[in-house]
Amino acid sequence: MSPILIAEQVLNGLQFGVMLFLMAAGLTLIFGVMGLINLAHGSLYMVGAFAAAAVAGATGSFLLALVAALAAAALAGALVELVVIRRLYNRDHLDQVLATFALILIFSEGTRWLFGSFPLYLDIPAWLSGPVTLPGGIQYPLYRLALIVLGLLVAVGLWLLISRTRIGIQIRAGENDREMIAALGVDISKLYTLVFALGAGLAGLAGALVGAIQSVQVGMGEPVLILAFVVIVIGGIGSIKGALIGAVLVGLTDTLGGIFLPELFKLFADPATATATGSAFASMAIYILMAAVLVWRPTGLFGART
Amino acid sequence: MTREAAVNAVILLLLVAVPGWALYADEPFTITLATRAVIFALAAVGLNIALGLGGLVSLGHAVYFGLGGYAMGVLASHAQNYTPLMEWPFVIEGTKSMPVIWLTAIVVSAIAALLIGLLALRTSGVYFIMITLAFGQMIYFFAISWPAYGGEDGLSIYVRNGFPGLNTLVPIQFYGLCLALLLIVLLFSALLARSPFGLALNAARQVPHRVETVGLDPVRLKLVALVISGAITGLAGALFADLNRFVSPTMLSWQMSGEIMVFVIIGGVARLFGPVAGAVIFVLLEHLLGGISEYWQVFLGIVLLLIVLSGKGGVIGMLAGRGRAHD
Amino acid sequence: MSMKTLLAAAALAALATGAQAQVKVGMITTLSGGGASLGIDIRDGFMLAIEEDGRDGLEIIVADDQRKPDVAVQIADEMIQSDKVDILTGIVWSNLAMAVVPSATAQGKFYLSTNAAPAQLAGKGCHPLYFSVSYQNDNLHEAAGAYAKSEGYSNPFIMAPNYPAGHDSLNGFKRFYEGELAGEIYTELGQTDYAAEIAQIRASGADSVFFFLPGGMGISFLKQYADSGVDLPVMGPAFSFDQAILQAVGDAALGVKNGSNWSKDLDNEANAAFVAGFQEKYDRLPSLYAAYGYDTANLMLSALDTADVTDQEAFRAALAAADFDSVRGKFSFDTNQHPIQDIFIREVIKEGDIYTNMIVGTAIEDRSSAYVDECSM
Repeated sequence: MSPILIAEQVLNGLQFGVMLFLMAAGLTLIFGVMGLINLAHGSLYMVGAFAAAAVAGATGSFLLALVAALAAAALAGALVELVVIRRLYNRDHLDQVLATFALILIFSEGTRWLFGSFPLYLDIPAWLSGPVTLPGGIQYPLYRLALIVLGLLVAVGLWLLISRTRIGIQIRAGENDREMIAALGVDISKLYTLVFALGAGLAGLAGALVGAIQSVQVGMGEPVLILAFVVIVIGGIGSIKGALIGAVLVGLTDTLGGIFLPELFKLFADPATATATGSAFASMAIYILMAAVLVWRPTGLFGART
Repeated sequence: MTREAAVNAVILLLLVAVPGWALYADEPFTITLATRAVIFALAAVGLNIALGLGGLVSLGHAVYFGLGGYAMGVLASHAQNYTPLMEWPFVIEGTKSMPVIWLTAIVVSAIAALLIGLLALRTSGVYFIMITLAFGQMIYFFAISWPAYGGEDGLSIYVRNGFPGLNTLVPIQFYGLCLALLLIVLLFSALLARSPFGLALNAARQVPHRVETVGLDPVRLKLVALVISGAITGLAGALFADLNRFVSPTMLSWQMSGEIMVFVIIGGVARLFGPVAGAVIFVLLEHLLGGISEYWQVFLGIVLLLIVLSGKGGVIGMLAGRGRAHD
Repeated sequence: MSMKTLLAAAALAALATGAQAQVKVGMITTLSGGGASLGIDIRDGFMLAIEEDGRDGLEIIVADDQRKPDVAVQIADEMIQSDKVDILTGIVWSNLAMAVVPSATAQGKFYLSTNAAPAQLAGKGCHPLYFSVSYQNDNLHEAAGAYAKSEGYSNPFIMAPNYPAGHDSLNGFKRFYEGELAGEIYTELGQTDYAAEIAQIRASGADSVFFFLPGGMGISFLKQYADSGVDLPVMGPAFSFDQAILQAVGDAALGVKNGSNWSKDLDNEANAAFVAGFQEKYDRLPSLYAAYGYDTANLMLSALDTADVTDQEAFRAALAAADFDSVRGKFSFDTNQHPIQDIFIREVIKEGDIYTNMIVGTAIEDRSSAYVDECSM
């Protein structure tokens, strides 16, 4: 296996990780600030992709489509927070799980009702398509490079937002002591709606960005949601830094595991069996990583020690 | 008799009367539906022990349901094809006998619950939910891609397995068997809640530090609860596979985990008959709403949302008033 | 569960005239959730043929299996026990077929497959009451293999999801290709990102790519492949180049060769009438699945013309005669009651704004199935 191939695969893992980060960042913020588990986060990812496909289809502009995805998902998020989630903050996790599970059903089948059962079309804009040659002679798709850069920019932006702005201070205060910031005169319900919409918007953005190179269809969000959970368990709840590092770890493990495990099995089995068995174990790799982290640090790499 | 006991009695009566009527009116499909409801109820009674008694929000109970199903599928397929399960170090043959299959399903899912519990119980709260979900997904993916035992195609068993003295192919006899198991497990569950173990577990859920001061390990109590819970859901899985004469990775999917949890919550958490009422209502909704619209899951979602937001503790809670049965 | 509708205009007509429905057909197919587009096309194709025929005394019950095996089994139980249907049909997926078909035929019901035809049911598990009207699962992959051989490819890279149909696919390809491979990989079922696989293809020195990735997986792969700069010829079975999917893939699919036993430009009268009738009624182009649904209904109607469904021997013989005008042209049944038919190679083209397929050659003539000798009928 050549170094170029390995380098390319590392980039692929990084790109996958960065997209997972966009999902996980919103989830972890919502956990951290509101103490809420939101299974419907994957639905917001789907809303973003569908909004982008609809707007790109109508206007032909990819940038407008991204804006629409962000706006539609944030709006859907804010609406869901006002109508449903708001009533769940004081409930136990069980009620939150069930209510957000119900939201998945409503979002998924509702989207199918509106858009039909056929996958939608959303493509990379011409100015981002095709491969570029990187130093070392690696041919790599420009769009995927753009995803990596954009994802890292969002990470930096989030970090600035949380460490340098008034809202950031309120969010951090909210994670530590909810009664305290209410006593300080912060409108906590407005803050919660804002954080929820922010998380939703990030998920929607991820949905649109990924939708351009994948299939835009109902149910696209849930597999990503479960991976985002794995990311958060590894990174630690409430930690943006943990989400980023966890996401990259998961992205790299999944991508590299999928390549190397079958190769490993080929050492002692015939190729067809090796690929089948190797792939079967590769699909478990990230969960084994999660188990290992759990044994080592039960609250994740950057989670609050309790 | 409290109101809750009255509600329970009505449910029990319906579970006997409706299939009885269906037998008389020659509506075998109604019996099949009732069997489905009873098996789902059994799975949910299992989950309710972790959820209601132990306060463990396990979003991965499909693992045990599916493993129970596969215990049936693997044993019966070997018996069907006359191939031994393993030949070394000693020969194990497949079997078509329900009691053996049930025992296997219980043991296998209990072991799985023990392993998952050992890892997941290192944490609590939201972590526990996400970890159980993630391990569920892991086993689901493994079942799909592992080539032995059918992968995604699953295993078809052509004839329902046997139980001594019964013809399980007759719908009402199989229903009776499932109902009897449900009643035994309900009794067990009621006794468990009142046993010293149940009381300690209840305390571990509410005031863990106080349990520790009397020398009990709350994590160990919860682990035992999860193992019992998983074993019961595994038994239900074996029955479900026998009802369909088929098992596939769908039984292991996270949607299945969600549905088992939905049964418990529709009916009422920690209520003895909550899972039973929930499963019956779910099967009815599925059947009735499904007949009205292709998009019936939207309505199911709305119904669920209303039940949760109303905060009345499920249907049993609405009928019998607040106050948890086991508290 | 069972989204249950009485769709047949014929049945309504029968009710209006007070006539009793004599033949009941149960259609179990996927109408909701992922993969619903396939089931909807099967249903629409099937119902088109029923409506064109317009006879009395036929009732079609359609139910949605949500692509869940346990739901499919439950619907089959309901149709057999409560509706007392004579014939079952409609299932899209092999895993659902394996859950339903063996027990339905064991209970003495005919099953006519509109799509899924797993190896087990074509070989050792063949059954007198089971007919596959579509193909045997391996056929379209075999066609791609035969095409690769005839094109003189010497080093293809082949891939499929890691599940039974994926293994059958690669085996089917290899059965007719028989040469060296640049690589052979199994991907995760439901995988949506193929960057790692594309990098492997690039590094493998392959001269062509064969893939089987049904549904959304294929859409994702093709979009990513087109953007990767890897420019090898691509081939696959028709499933990833189906009418409904192509519109979501766009330009990325243009030029891809795919093995199919049907295409909308197949030159025969029945097909011309079918394509026109389908567009007229549903305002979209028919897919492969619609064609299977349509053929299945016409086969069933042709058998009902000559035999009574309650006389199983006679009805089975009438089905086996395959005395109907297939939209695929040549059509007959082999001893395992799977079709003998020509399998073509199509190329994805753009007609105006619509992406569709055009036949460019015949890959295998009169293809039956690899498992016919294992069937004892």
